[in-house]
Amino acid sequence: MADTGFLPKENLPALLEALSKKFAVFAPVLDGEVVLFKRFAPGATLCLTRPANLPPKGIIFPQSETLFNFNFKKDPEDPKKTSLELKENLDFVPTIIFGSRPCDAQGFRIYDRVYLETDTADPYYKGRREKTTIITLACNAPSPGCFCTSVGRGPAESDGSDLMMTELGKGYFFEPMTEKGKEIFKDSLFEDGSAYKEQAQKAHERVSALVKKPFAILEGTPEKLLSLFENSQFWEGETAKCISCGACTYLCPTCYCFNITDEQVGNSGERIRSWDACMFFHFTLEASSHNPRQNKHQRLKNRVGHKFSYYPKKYQGVIACCGCGRCIRYCPMSVDISEIVAHAQGA
Amino acid sequence: MNHSMPDGSPYVPKWAEISRIEKLTESEKLFELRLSNGQPLGHKPGQFVEVSVLGIGEAPISISSPPINDNSFELAVRKVGNVTNAMHNLGVGGKLGIRGPFGTNFPIDEAKGKDILFVAGGIGLVPLRSFIKFVLENRKDYGEVTVLFGARNPSEQLFLSELEQWRGRKDISYLETVDRADENWKGNVGVITTLFPKVQVDPAKTICVVVGPPVMYRFVIMETKAKGIPDKQIFLSLERRMKCGLGKCGHCQINNIYVCQDGPVLRYSDIFALEEAL
Repeated sequence: MADTGFLPKENLPALLEALSKKFAVFAPVLDGEVVLFKRFAPGATLCLTRPANLPPKGIIFPQSETLFNFNFKKDPEDPKKTSLELKENLDFVPTIIFGSRPCDAQGFRIYDRVYLETDTADPYYKGRREKTTIITLACNAPSPGCFCTSVGRGPAESDGSDLMMTELGKGYFFEPMTEKGKEIFKDSLFEDGSAYKEQAQKAHERVSALVKKPFAILEGTPEKLLSLFENSQFWEGETAKCISCGACTYLCPTCYCFNITDEQVGNSGERIRSWDACMFFHFTLEASSHNPRQNKHQRLKNRVGHKFSYYPKKYQGVIACCGCGRCIRYCPMSVDISEIVAHAQGA
Repeated sequence: MNHSMPDGSPYVPKWAEISRIEKLTESEKLFELRLSNGQPLGHKPGQFVEVSVLGIGEAPISISSPPINDNSFELAVRKVGNVTNAMHNLGVGGKLGIRGPFGTNFPIDEAKGKDILFVAGGIGLVPLRSFIKFVLENRKDYGEVTVLFGARNPSEQLFLSELEQWRGRKDISYLETVDRADENWKGNVGVITTLFPKVQVDPAKTICVVVGPPVMYRFVIMETKAKGIPDKQIFLSLERRMKCGLGKCGHCQINNIYVCQDGPVLRYSDIFALEEAL
């Protein structure tokens, strides 16, 4: 088998159909005006020309998921007695995320350090992550607001992806990055790609140069941000237009905060985990009514600080922002995190 | 109720049965619990657990007892939110879900051979009690022991029979005050800082442990500074909205610190610069 492959564009639906027989395949499809990762079905309108509006993070870390179900079961012999049945669902299906972008795959790498590569791995994240193969499409043009090269990544970055694909004229060049990627690659639809390797490399370099650079990672950015932490004036200025809606966190491939709640109807219920956001006043509100993070500027400061200072400090300098630009593109008030970081560096 | 639980997942609680309930004040109750699996909780003074009332939710609660030989542990709980209100409706024999223990503990080893100044405000006594009782049980390991306790009014004093014992002990100095007295109160009146002039400390060999409402810390720290106790010898326990206890959910984060793992007991010298900490 060749190290790399080539797939003519007209064969792409056939590949996805073949993969759908063995995997739950999620791919970016056009839904009205937005591009969303959806379960692939034959005849679906794939949209690979621009990054999906929502990253694929929900496929591995669902927006809302049941951690366990419980049921208080009445004893038929003694109506005053009940017993508790509890069921945790750790059965996850083999899944493919097809057509994620390098930034989306990087998002999972940022999750991994917190949810996987730790003493207390998250069993739900781990279960899905290990059963998921990520096939990533290198970007062939930057999108408005992208800044991946500023955070040490790039439009063809392969870290976090199992199989990389690059659009080249009439087809896609494929390069497996992991054993999981090689498994997919065995499909007979692939032609030998060795003739296209150099072309793909050039395409990567071309796009990389096109991505805007609002700032370059400087040595000491985490320290710089920390030193600004108590400078309320700086943060109030930078966050004046933010309305704390939290959209940035829901669109972010790397925002991983969550809430845990219970729901019960009759004798049965479930413990649910849902995405949560540090943009919300209630995120830090205690039952006593004490709230250590009452002000809007403290909340956005936390989001910027977490990605560019606290996480890098904890994880060997890795910035917890993949530069996808979604929070900039879709912010109703056009708050620009790359601008805030650039201002912090200059402050 | 019979409860069986799959083991392993850090999100699935173990079960504990309530073996005793003591009403402490109008709004606080003490729950004595034992894990249904017969195992000790395995905690150290200062740590906390996530308590589940299934169908209502989960809340972080500090453990109020030191490790006890019979494997029981105590939670003293003010009814203030959904989970704690539901706890207050349970009786002896009721079951609670327990995850943990989580977090850092009070400096039981670092304080050995040193003097200890305990400062408790209101229900701050609940977590601090685990350390105070631990020290009293291992009294010879520690130097001079001073306990300062402030409550808003006499009816909000907790653990009355224990306070009575502390008042009578010759091997500790116990000083107490209330913000507002009632007709029966004959002791000190005023906020907790008014007790400091009555206390002599050797700052070099004193470990100070402070637990109370957020507003109290700032004023107590002014007093410890006046006494010359170095910031690195001062320990605080922070309250936060902690959902997972595993350093993931993000709710308790203050800059680099996850209070559920790096705290709740923190050294004042590590957090004094953090705007959101106190």
